[in-house]
Amino acid sequence: MKGEKQVTSGQLDFTFTRRAVFVGGVQAAIGLTVAARMSYIAIADNEKYKLLAESNRVNLTIIPPRRGWFIDRYGKPIATNRADFRVDIIPDRLVDKDETVRTLAELLALSTDDVDRIHRELKQAQGFQPVQVADGLDYDRFAAVSVRLPDLPGVSPRQGYSRFYPSGAAVGHLIGYVGTVSAEEYQKNKKPLLITPGFKVGKDGLEKTLEDRLQGEPGAKRTEVTARGKIVRDLATRPDTPGKPVQLTIDIDLHNYAARRLGVESGSVVVFDCLTGDILTMASMPCYDPNSFSDGIGRVEWKMLNSDDHIPMLNKALQGLYPPGSTLKPVAGLAMLRHGIDPEEIVVCGGGYRLGNRVFKCLGRHGPVNMRTAIMKSCNTYFYSMGHRIGYDNIAPVGRELGLGQEFALPFPSQRYGTVPDSAWKMRKYDQKWTESDTLNAVIGQGYIIASPFQLAVMAARISSGLNVQPEILLHKRATPKALSFPTEHLDVVRDGMNLVVNGAGTAVRSKLQLENITMAGKTGTAQVRRISGAQRGQSGAWKYRDHGLFVCFAPVASPRYAASVVIEHGMGGARAAAPIAKDVLTFLYDREQAMASLEALEAGWGGNIEQRMASKYAMFQGQPAPPPPLDPTA
Amino acid sequence: MNGIVPAPIAGLPWRVIFILMGLVGFGATVLYSAAGGHLEPWAGKHVLRFIALLAMAIAMSRMPLEFWKSITFPLYLLLVFLLVVVEFMGFVGGGSQRWINLGFITLQPSELMKPVMVLAAAWFFDRLPPNRIFGIDAIWPLAALLVLPSALVIIQPDFDAAIAYAFGLGVVGFMAGLPLIYFIGAGAGVAVLAPLVYFFGMKAYQQDRVLIFLHPENDPLGTGYHITQSKIAIGSGGIFGKGFGNGTQSHLDYLPEGHTDFVFATMAEEWGIVGGFFILFLYFLLMRWGLTVAMQSKTRYGQLVAAGLTCTIFFYIMINLLMVVGLAPVAGIPLPFVSHGGSSMLTMMLCIGIMMSIERHPGAKRGQFQ
Repeated sequence: MKGEKQVTSGQLDFTFTRRAVFVGGVQAAIGLTVAARMSYIAIADNEKYKLLAESNRVNLTIIPPRRGWFIDRYGKPIATNRADFRVDIIPDRLVDKDETVRTLAELLALSTDDVDRIHRELKQAQGFQPVQVADGLDYDRFAAVSVRLPDLPGVSPRQGYSRFYPSGAAVGHLIGYVGTVSAEEYQKNKKPLLITPGFKVGKDGLEKTLEDRLQGEPGAKRTEVTARGKIVRDLATRPDTPGKPVQLTIDIDLHNYAARRLGVESGSVVVFDCLTGDILTMASMPCYDPNSFSDGIGRVEWKMLNSDDHIPMLNKALQGLYPPGSTLKPVAGLAMLRHGIDPEEIVVCGGGYRLGNRVFKCLGRHGPVNMRTAIMKSCNTYFYSMGHRIGYDNIAPVGRELGLGQEFALPFPSQRYGTVPDSAWKMRKYDQKWTESDTLNAVIGQGYIIASPFQLAVMAARISSGLNVQPEILLHKRATPKALSFPTEHLDVVRDGMNLVVNGAGTAVRSKLQLENITMAGKTGTAQVRRISGAQRGQSGAWKYRDHGLFVCFAPVASPRYAASVVIEHGMGGARAAAPIAKDVLTFLYDREQAMASLEALEAGWGGNIEQRMASKYAMFQGQPAPPPPLDPTA
Repeated sequence: MNGIVPAPIAGLPWRVIFILMGLVGFGATVLYSAAGGHLEPWAGKHVLRFIALLAMAIAMSRMPLEFWKSITFPLYLLLVFLLVVVEFMGFVGGGSQRWINLGFITLQPSELMKPVMVLAAAWFFDRLPPNRIFGIDAIWPLAALLVLPSALVIIQPDFDAAIAYAFGLGVVGFMAGLPLIYFIGAGAGVAVLAPLVYFFGMKAYQQDRVLIFLHPENDPLGTGYHITQSKIAIGSGGIFGKGFGNGTQSHLDYLPEGHTDFVFATMAEEWGIVGGFFILFLYFLLMRWGLTVAMQSKTRYGQLVAAGLTCTIFFYIMINLLMVVGLAPVAGIPLPFVSHGGSSMLTMMLCIGIMMSIERHPGAKRGQFQ
């Protein structure tokens, strides 16, 4: 035994026992740690992990809901869903990405643009979220992919639905169109449904504003899958709940007819049921075909739409603003009657009206006229004279009561309301006093006053029925509109004048209805686009400087039921361009055969119906790399 | 025991056999379910292997302690030689085969070295005079025992094995009575060095790999995938589990290695915490048995071997369970007696066999009579 520390085996024995107990303690502590950790995971976090296990196990495929239909007042379809074939790629199940995409590109004749997009989306894609290869396929191409499926793991051909508008371009501005959700929309609301291939939302028109009603509830297809993506079995599938149909006040046959009847012109037709305010027709042409937008519009078509000076993207009925011209004379007449002017009082028209040292011209020399004949012949002199007497501040309120400048509570994304000027307005806007020549201009619908074709139709409806009708696009039961503040005698004078316009010796006698027992009353209008220089009067020259042609009307005269406005941009005159269209549209309500015969004769001269004309225009555009000069439809 | 049971059978170490049968039986049940309700390919083999290896262990228990002591060093040398051989074979074969196939079982020298390292350390401390325990003489031979096998497995590369050897030696040294200051010092050294290595010695991606187990969700498809899926399996099992044969994580292959390293997660998904606690309880009994054998052994060699082997088994259990519940990095360490795998079960049963032998031959105190 040497050294200071003497250790015996007995001491080591003791140390061993102590340390063995310590080791046992450490082991127990680690065991308890494991037990505690396990309990925490399995009890406190149980819900979370259960969910994770479930989302591992179950592969959820969203079934996009079928969109609600649009139907017209009689139940005819305006927008429906068409069975559609599509092909997607499930990224997780792809074996050879490049080869698969190459084969698909060949089978489906995909453009290089599409192939680039697919590669880009595949790079960003995660898991089972399908990437769209192509949609809107015809059955042959779809079948070509389907038979090759065993060689194409990860490719999923599916049957879905796409939006279909049987009327095509005729309803573009009315209904709008649908499209895939944009990145910004998805950022706002990150529902997985929004990025499901095949899902579309409303992008414009009623499709956009009524999105919530139309969308419906998505269904879900649930399958149990292994980690490698093999489907073990199908679990319960929840079908989609289609969106609710929306019934419009539109009479789709009439609407389509009006759209076709507008022909190659740029303009709009609005028809009201003047007793209820139901919008029967709101056609605006030319228009894009919403079907092409639903499938994703092509570059050529987009260029074609954007380079057209007839502005196919603009809903002219609601968003076009025009000086109403002489169509406003009945309004002025009502104001004059209200302010004590005897309708039988004679004004002698010598071809103009002198105000100070300036002469305001009339279109003719009408001789002695009373209010009825002044409306019939659209005599400016009469209205200058009487308008000057009562002042425009007394006329403007009548215009507003009849719907000019009014905002309507309608589910359209944008309406323009125009201007009904008066002295207060001018002071506010220009800080200038209202002048007497302002009155003379405004009383014949020129100058500051502008209105939309839709408002002009409301005006016609209110004058014809004497009711304060409110326009409505969604069909539902409403209270009968209240009467306007005008006495029947006053309204009768104005209606008489409008009757004479068509059925007397007025400006639109050539547009008299060729029907038994049913007559139309109306008022033509010709609105200057720019100041008249010399004798040109906007009746010739470049298209875009020509006068607008307007016409407001109602029928039958005996007991008015329908009221309408027709506005033809640069149509050169209401009687020439607008009234014949109104005549055919109103004829269609009573005698379809006669109306169709007249339309078919016209279309033969225009180069076919809307669809045929758009197709030939498209064909023309395809060959042209550069945007062509604006087409002149009247050349 | 009474006379009904024949003495040779009654004399078997039933306590530990029951514990092992519990673990292996439960393990086989889990493996049966993991195979979709089939004995093939795992559960049947698992049980057969256990029976064969149990027979081997019982045979080993008949050997006197002196026998183990006498073959310890030759065994150590043999395994070092085999490690060199498989290294050479792997080099020649151009592959990474580190085992010798015996037909029914594969012999992995690096695996067998784990218990043998414990035997070697115990053998050394048994020979070391008690009063030299504080000197340098108690240290350098340990280092010598460790260096060659460690170097050989590290070039394989199998760091886990090297750590296991160091752990075995450390535990035996600790039980043998090496001054505590060594262990405190080593602990402090690791505590200081580990952060230094982590922050200055590792590149960012290596750091990520080490600590990914703390945030497995950051790398759900890479290293974190195993841990994430394991936690999902355990967490979704809840208290009573999803029921036998109803585990989706394992059956649909979301849980990788569900029959080997992550068998505990497979079990927990179907049996819940209840099953987990049952296994932990059996391990508790096994550890208690091992340490009791150690403490009841009268010889220093027996004490150190029994304690060291108990800790070797515990090392497996600890690393595996901490990994499975997401408290330690992923390492290829199976769960003793539950995971499917011949190589690890062979090692475990060798440990058990030697411990049975120690239990059967507690021996006599040195200096009492010999």
